[in-house]
Amino acid sequence: MATAADLDRPADSLDDFRKEARAWLEANFDPALKGHDNAMSAVDGPTAETPAQKKWREAMGDKGWGVPTWPTEYGGGGLSRAEARVLQEEMARIGAWNPIGGMGVMMFGPTLLEYGSEEQKQAHIPGIVRGEVRWCQGYSEPGAGSDLASLQTFAEDKGDHYLVNGQKTWTSGGQWADKCFALVRTDKSQKHAGISFLLIDMESEGVETRPIRLISGASPFCETFFTNVKVPKGNLVGREGQGWEIGTRLLQHERNSLSGGSGSAARMNAGNTVPEIAKKYRGTDAEGRLADADLRTRIIRHEMDQRAFALTLRRAALEAKGNAGPSAATSVMKNVGARITQDRAELNVEIMGMQGLGWEGEGFSREELEQTRTWLWGKAVSIYGGSSEIQNNVIAKRILGMLDHQ
Amino acid sequence: MAALNEEQVMLRDMAREWADNESPIAAFRKLRDAGGGKGYDPEAWSAIGGMGWAGIVIPEEFGGSAFGYLSLGLVLEQLGRNLAATPLASTAVAASAIAMGSSDKARSEWLPRLASGEATATLAIDEGPGHDMKIAATVSGGKLSGTKKFVAEGDGADVFVVAAADGLYLVPKGEGVTVASRRMADSRSHAEVTFSDAPAEKLGDKALTQAVADRAAAVTAAEMLGMAESAFGQTLDYLKQRVQFGQVLSTFQALQHRMAKMLTELELMRSAVEGALEAIDAGRSDVDQAVSLAKAVANDTLRLVSREMVQLHGGVGMTDEFDAGLFLKRAAVLEAMWGNASYHRDRFGRLNGY
Repeated sequence: MATAADLDRPADSLDDFRKEARAWLEANFDPALKGHDNAMSAVDGPTAETPAQKKWREAMGDKGWGVPTWPTEYGGGGLSRAEARVLQEEMARIGAWNPIGGMGVMMFGPTLLEYGSEEQKQAHIPGIVRGEVRWCQGYSEPGAGSDLASLQTFAEDKGDHYLVNGQKTWTSGGQWADKCFALVRTDKSQKHAGISFLLIDMESEGVETRPIRLISGASPFCETFFTNVKVPKGNLVGREGQGWEIGTRLLQHERNSLSGGSGSAARMNAGNTVPEIAKKYRGTDAEGRLADADLRTRIIRHEMDQRAFALTLRRAALEAKGNAGPSAATSVMKNVGARITQDRAELNVEIMGMQGLGWEGEGFSREELEQTRTWLWGKAVSIYGGSSEIQNNVIAKRILGMLDHQ
Repeated sequence: MAALNEEQVMLRDMAREWADNESPIAAFRKLRDAGGGKGYDPEAWSAIGGMGWAGIVIPEEFGGSAFGYLSLGLVLEQLGRNLAATPLASTAVAASAIAMGSSDKARSEWLPRLASGEATATLAIDEGPGHDMKIAATVSGGKLSGTKKFVAEGDGADVFVVAAADGLYLVPKGEGVTVASRRMADSRSHAEVTFSDAPAEKLGDKALTQAVADRAAAVTAAEMLGMAESAFGQTLDYLKQRVQFGQVLSTFQALQHRMAKMLTELELMRSAVEGALEAIDAGRSDVDQAVSLAKAVANDTLRLVSREMVQLHGGVGMTDEFDAGLFLKRAAVLEAMWGNASYHRDRFGRLNGY
């Protein structure tokens, strides 16, 4: 992958790439797809892909530009960070969106590139690059959420395979996933050192998923049951007992992506900012300012918070040296990202009043109904990927060196 | 930390070392206890002049280094960590106003002296207890009249950059200028300066006045960043060594989470402050927005950290012997200087059409 150093590359040397990207995007992105979103990352499942969306996904998959900085030997784009940024700018310019996404892109791919064997990379990365294989995360268990290391799902060594038994929960998109990257226990005598990182085919006999219905009405998560599931030994990533290290690294990628560094900022600028919604629903005073003074103040606070966060993400990118990758500082980012996401949704609901609390049926616009669901769904962002409290523990212990209670 | 070049890294490290060794908090305390005077230690100021820091935002042709505002901010951040009492911020920004102004005479007469630290300068803009850019002072026939309140470093300044209703002027100390000290909680120099038909030379129009006020707010935020980091670091150190209920305080989750929250806010503060300084150096058109963001965030964050510094130190934090009070008092003054958080939030909203 490209290093951070080339973030500083002068823009004019990228002109040729910009021309190439612009021409290719114009030839391959159907303008009718503007305003759609990436089906791979949608919580409503993978079935919503139209023929035009499929064509766009396949084109980007062939080009490797859905994961622009991944190495070309596994189908990635092989672009530098600077080129990837140009690509993003050119996509934003014509309203094109990235059809390749999901957990494979955000978390599993980067982790496998780092820890996987050559054989595992060849086997799994191309399917992620092309958006053809959906991955889900088998981490949390009913008795091991925030205290993840107390997980109990057991993988028993049977010589040529593991026999897996146990239950996972909050398996995002588990009902639609093809494969699962899971943390399992291979040694009951040690807490952290007894955990291994295992790849499980969701089609295997003995895997069962049961969707969990949420307060937003959606069922993006599952309970996942493993009953005598046979998993080949070749599906172990890294060494037996190295799972905690690998799993933690993956969580850093997760926090990094959940902090909103890539997609959400772009979506926020797509035209429906909080001040714009407020002007539409609440009106303006004689000077053209937002009519409700208290709300105006709170909206400004939110907008400034968001601006400071954007500057911080940019600073973090510039400061990242060489192979540093995601660090404990991603805990800071995750918490701020969660706070801003939730503030935005709360403000929008408040601005829209009763109109922003519709559940279904007539009398509400599509945006209004989406707003209700977005608000409720958003309550999860300070819980999943390690709750804000857990992130604060990480910050206190790993960054600030504050010790555990003795 | 912004992506710094080699010169900036050297400058920062040198400033850090000098402030820690030559101008620690103890030096400020000594100055405070002595009272009176110009509000700063002449020897320390002379050293600052010798190191060229007063000329960081002055063009090279007038004896400066033209390193820019991010560099000036790095130095002020290090001084802020140690509560160093110097007229560097006021002199540098006033010099920058002279450099940006239209008077060749003012430039050649004052900039070399300010760059070397031989003279000090300050801004005289506000006329009330808060920063609102409502300016009544007038100029008639080259003579300026009006009263400026709470002029920072006013006691020792050799020259004033003064806002009048129609723009910005240069007024040397002397004829028509009366300086009356105002002793304030932060024990730094603040003065009420009255101009009565004082000879004044025009530097620029109201746009220059606003540009200068923005630069003053940005460097103030840089000093506040240093203070916040230092107050936070001292508090963290204290929690790691203080034992209560048979436990080191830093092991309590309730306290860990308060520190984690502060660290998070400090990250946002640094980004906002450096963002404003970089916007000034780049000559960007949205300097005004970047500055209001920086000052509002700096105010909120330093307020949080300085208040928590007292609370988390318990009774010790209330004693004059300990430094928390010095941070608390200086923080409150800097929060009010060049616009409080409400002023900058309101301005940010207006600039964005909210």
